[in-house]
Amino acid sequence: MSQKVLDALKATHGGAIDHTESQLGDEIAWVKRESLLAVATWLKNDPAMLFDAPVFATAIDRLDWRPVGVPLVQHWNETKPRFEMAWQLRSQKHRHRVRIKCALPEHDARCPSLSGLWPAFNWQERETFDMYGIHFDGHPDLRRIYLYEEFVGYPLRKDYPKEKRQPLVRRDDLPINPIKAADREHK
Amino acid sequence: MGVELTTTRLEDAAKWAKQSKLDRVTNWGRKFSLFSYPFVTACCGMEFMSVAGPKYDLARFGAEFPRFSPRQSDLLMIVGTITEKQGPALKRVFDQMAEPKWVIAFGVCASTGGFYQNYHAMPGADQVIPVDVYIPGCPPRPEQVLDGVIMLMERIQAGRGHSQLRTKRDALIAAQQAEEE
Repeated sequence: MSQKVLDALKATHGGAIDHTESQLGDEIAWVKRESLLAVATWLKNDPAMLFDAPVFATAIDRLDWRPVGVPLVQHWNETKPRFEMAWQLRSQKHRHRVRIKCALPEHDARCPSLSGLWPAFNWQERETFDMYGIHFDGHPDLRRIYLYEEFVGYPLRKDYPKEKRQPLVRRDDLPINPIKAADREHK
Repeated sequence: MGVELTTTRLEDAAKWAKQSKLDRVTNWGRKFSLFSYPFVTACCGMEFMSVAGPKYDLARFGAEFPRFSPRQSDLLMIVGTITEKQGPALKRVFDQMAEPKWVIAFGVCASTGGFYQNYHAMPGADQVIPVDVYIPGCPPRPEQVLDGVIMLMERIQAGRGHSQLRTKRDALIAAQQAEEE
């Protein structure tokens, strides 16, 4: 549908684009992290692009993801980045859309923030930080948005224990009191 | 006195929670004038509106007005999922209510956490405050809610609500201590 956006991206920013793909009518451009901000600025301001409507920003944890039928050891290696950051953009004038993605390694999960270009990404990137622990450089107010400050860890990461709770308050007379147990462990 | 005073469990408490005639009259009055505070957090709220509305009409049982201040109410209805982040707020609302007070957990989420067995949902509101009546269902039918309210009324009449038992127990402990001195 928006193949011409991908073609224009490759023509103007060929060095910044890892590769492009199309899935079920969604055009995806994998952008190198270093040039993400330049590509995004161009997408917003170029008269032929004019992506003025941010749709969503989120991340994907590829901890043990692999295509069906491929064994884990064969697919997985150290160089494969763990996180994918995705921003979906739409142009109301030209009525086309594109998704830009950025691969982030586990030990260095940070990328430039796009909230300076599209303010609507401000809270969405905060949510991504809250749930996945991805740090956005240049974000004006990067702190937890849904969870409380006392929360340790990032719950939507695939290695977060499924039922691990971090209670703020409990009754004193509970038979099993997680807060008291944590205090005892602490002492 | 030879009475076990360390617990509010009903089977233990029944031994010592005897009522005077004045208690019985007071509790009779209390059970027909429940002022509920709906702590509505989720979709069960729609079912609560249905119960409070004219068709099922909770007012028939004396729980006429929802009061939107905990200080004016004596029945806390926890309607919907309680998250861990909400725990302190719920405890604060409960602490602000005047004694005697009763709590109904409305729906499975408030009772046990329901299908939210994960990082953010509290496994039942009774992790934070004592609950008198649990109403299962996702959401419960209005008939179930009415049944739960009637159950609570019977319990109030018998003087076996959590806060009633607590008051009674504290008074007994104080009397015991005075006797020893």
